[in-house]
Amino acid sequence: MIAEAISWIWHNPDQFLPALWQHLVMFFCSIALALVIALPTGIAVARSPRLSFIANNIANTLRTIPSLAILAAALPLLGIGLLPSIVALVVLALPPILLNTCTSIQQVDRDILSAAKGMGMTRGEIMRIVILPLSAPGILAGVRTASVQVIGGAALASFIGGGGLGDFVTTGIANMDMSRLLVGAIPVILLAIGAELLFIAIARLFFRHVPES
Amino acid sequence: MRWATRHWDDILRALLEHLMLVGVSLSCAFVIAMVLSIWSARRPKVYALVLLVTGMLFSIPSLALFALMIPWLGIGVLPAIVGLTAYALMVLVRNIATGFHAVPPEIIEAAHGMGFGYWRQLWEIELPLARPFIIAGLRIASTTLIGIATVAAYINAGGLGSIIFAGLDQRYPEKILIGGGLTALLAISVDLLFLWLQRRIARKTAREAQA
Repeated sequence: MIAEAISWIWHNPDQFLPALWQHLVMFFCSIALALVIALPTGIAVARSPRLSFIANNIANTLRTIPSLAILAAALPLLGIGLLPSIVALVVLALPPILLNTCTSIQQVDRDILSAAKGMGMTRGEIMRIVILPLSAPGILAGVRTASVQVIGGAALASFIGGGGLGDFVTTGIANMDMSRLLVGAIPVILLAIGAELLFIAIARLFFRHVPES
Repeated sequence: MRWATRHWDDILRALLEHLMLVGVSLSCAFVIAMVLSIWSARRPKVYALVLLVTGMLFSIPSLALFALMIPWLGIGVLPAIVGLTAYALMVLVRNIATGFHAVPPEIIEAAHGMGFGYWRQLWEIELPLARPFIIAGLRIASTTLIGIATVAAYINAGGLGSIIFAGLDQRYPEKILIGGGLTALLAISVDLLFLWLQRRIARKTAREAQA
């Protein structure tokens, strides 16, 4: 069955590659947008206990809404297609990035901060030279969680006409065509596990010196 | 809300199906995770392997995981429960093992000195000390499973997801919002329930420590 799926991919690149491409476009666009929104927000609210409490609560509530519900809710609000899917995936990716940014910045050692202040660094310098590098591994872990969720969520985008590899899974299930179903399922799994391993490798390579929190 | 008021019995049935799916798979996953954690917590190499395998299972996208069950177990409740059980393992194993790791080595040594056997030490010392971590693991796993179980409706497992999928098929926003909203409400209530349980156990532990 797996061999059948692979040979189908081999003989139908004109159907497989566009779906893979759509999946990757959804992934990159939504992670990029989520980073643009969540990183500055996380940095801005981390210093204020009240703001970070509010942001954490909103993010935690968003996280309890299942990914299928977030994608499905995009249909009545934004219609069908690629754009509503990307908006829904951004909503899915925001909480882990925001929560991890906020907590990693808050966990930076107070003694290190006062040492930096004592050395005469400005607030901007402290943020750039001290806080961000020290909280980078935690932020990266949040991006890793978000990435795995978005790759899985993008498979559900097929239900609201977003395209992607989920299309093969849904047609496979509809026609009970097992090899077609695997054409979608196996690449999605490889993408998700690949992203997970890639982020673990990046963390090992660049942040060996930072103690794990 | 015209559809909901006329079909509250269907909604209630979907809610019960959802609870059943999550309850059964969480229980299965809990038993497997307890055995895995007790076996691997004090063996760093085995523990790393167990975390790697369960972590990979956890990162498999839900639609793909349920799809993979079809050639093997067909469609319906059984493949959904197997898939959900696989999902919950990583969260549970990581939390339960962290609980065992948090038991101070001096306490274990003291138990050894008092002549405690393996099972007695496990039952009377390690498990009670790891209990807060175990409850925390169940809390995260249950909310995660409640969300993922909606996708299981696509392989005919029923539950609140079937209302969402019906809404998607018929372009009926009310069904989508009711299915999704109820799932989120269920997740939040179960989360609060476990939070309450966590606090109660913490208070009880504090009282026992004082006595």
